[in-house]
Amino acid sequence: MRISKEKCVGCANCVAVCSVGAIYIGEDGLSEINAESCVECHNCYRSLSYEHLMPGPIRIIRRMLKKVGLRFQPDPDLCPTEAIIPEDLEWPRIVRRAFSDPMVTHESTGVHGRGTEEVKTNDVSHRIKPGEVGLVVEFGRPGIGVYFREVQKATRVMAAEGVTFEEGNPITQMMISQATGDIREDVLDEKVLSCIVEITMPVDDVVRTLNVLRGICKNAETVISIGASTVCDEKGGDPLRSILEKEGYDIGWAKLNLGFGRVTNASVTNMEN
Amino acid sequence: MTNTLHRFGKSEKLPDDYIVFAMAGKGFNEEGALEKAQTFLRTAIKYQPINMGNALVNSLYRPEKNLSFFKLYFVGRQEKTTYEQLIDEIPGPGSAAVVFDDREKVRQFIQDVEKLDLGLSVNVSALVDDVRDICGEVDITPHAVEYTLGFHGDTSKLPERETLKLSTMCGHGMVSPNFAKKMINHVKEGRMDKEDAAHCMAKFCVCGVFNTTRAMRILDNASRG
Repeated sequence: MRISKEKCVGCANCVAVCSVGAIYIGEDGLSEINAESCVECHNCYRSLSYEHLMPGPIRIIRRMLKKVGLRFQPDPDLCPTEAIIPEDLEWPRIVRRAFSDPMVTHESTGVHGRGTEEVKTNDVSHRIKPGEVGLVVEFGRPGIGVYFREVQKATRVMAAEGVTFEEGNPITQMMISQATGDIREDVLDEKVLSCIVEITMPVDDVVRTLNVLRGICKNAETVISIGASTVCDEKGGDPLRSILEKEGYDIGWAKLNLGFGRVTNASVTNMEN
Repeated sequence: MTNTLHRFGKSEKLPDDYIVFAMAGKGFNEEGALEKAQTFLRTAIKYQPINMGNALVNSLYRPEKNLSFFKLYFVGRQEKTTYEQLIDEIPGPGSAAVVFDDREKVRQFIQDVEKLDLGLSVNVSALVDDVRDICGEVDITPHAVEYTLGFHGDTSKLPERETLKLSTMCGHGMVSPNFAKKMINHVKEGRMDKEDAAHCMAKFCVCGVFNTTRAMRILDNASRG
């Protein structure tokens, strides 16, 4: 992404909307993007409204108003001169957009957003089976961002602990070895808004794995959001909640898959058989 | 759609926040998924969801790319599209989400969706005990659950709490903390009313899961504090 110096009038509206704070006002009073910090989420380009004003007259009006102590300030969700311009991205920079722009579909999994369905379609995919727990470890969220090099530090630790990485996940797809947790070298210096590592384990192993994650979080240079999922029993309850509460997690907000994908609780049925 | 899992805020302060979404599993039940998602969204209309979206087209609240000086100052802005237009615009299968601020509407909507038997996976993100109670009331056994275990790592990098409550309502991070903070300040300074500020933030959440009712409540509290 770049901001046209010819069009920008320096209203600074794009500065606040940047998801990672990569846009700033340069010495010339116009907006600039720090390319290293930008995660190519396209939020500034996509979500600001455009007024299509001519930059020349607007700059004159701004200067005149400034002389009398006033300020030209468009609505906060508006770029008055359509100054934000997307660029064609090449590998490996294009990976930034794949992980950061929620409207882009991941080529490796065919899923848009963060590129994984997790437990949301588990009623048809049976990704997590009865007696298993899925941990969804999201690096960089909310709104901090992360380099894949840091993600690799964590996946290496996880791999050394013998975790099972979820196949239908874009980070797993970028690994050159699930045994070591190594991610392909050419993307390691790319920064994304966030990315999810998914691991699966027997319910008996969840406490140990959560302890591994605690160690990773202790040394992390970014924020890590964690989710824990499991299949419900025939009464709609689950064994995971009490384990998490014993481990000190405050249980309140959650996501429930209602099982309307036409194979409701099929995995429970299979278990019973 | 992990984007609805990590909404920041104390449990007792989340009684008006319910997201219901439907999606097909890649490689499993994709046939007719677009039409089914449209049916899902159309079914929600009678319960007047406060937001609706599909990440392929944007939400009810959306940017205006064709404004002009005349339109902006003499006609006024049209920031919200209609339910019907949004549903008609969906170009292909993907997740379809609706947001409610009323428990009874959620209960009735879930009942309707179950009767439709669309064959899409349907998830509800909300307070877990509340959703489990609703499931009990409408005789549904949920298939699976995903709990949020919160934010960890270097949490010193997080913004202050009120800003975080607003920004995490778009789990994809499109409502930036700086913008949420700017909206709080605009309301505090009387430059915007809380409704306009909430709708302004909702435009950035392309999946349509930003809860404008809760945002207005947060803005109200933050601007008084």
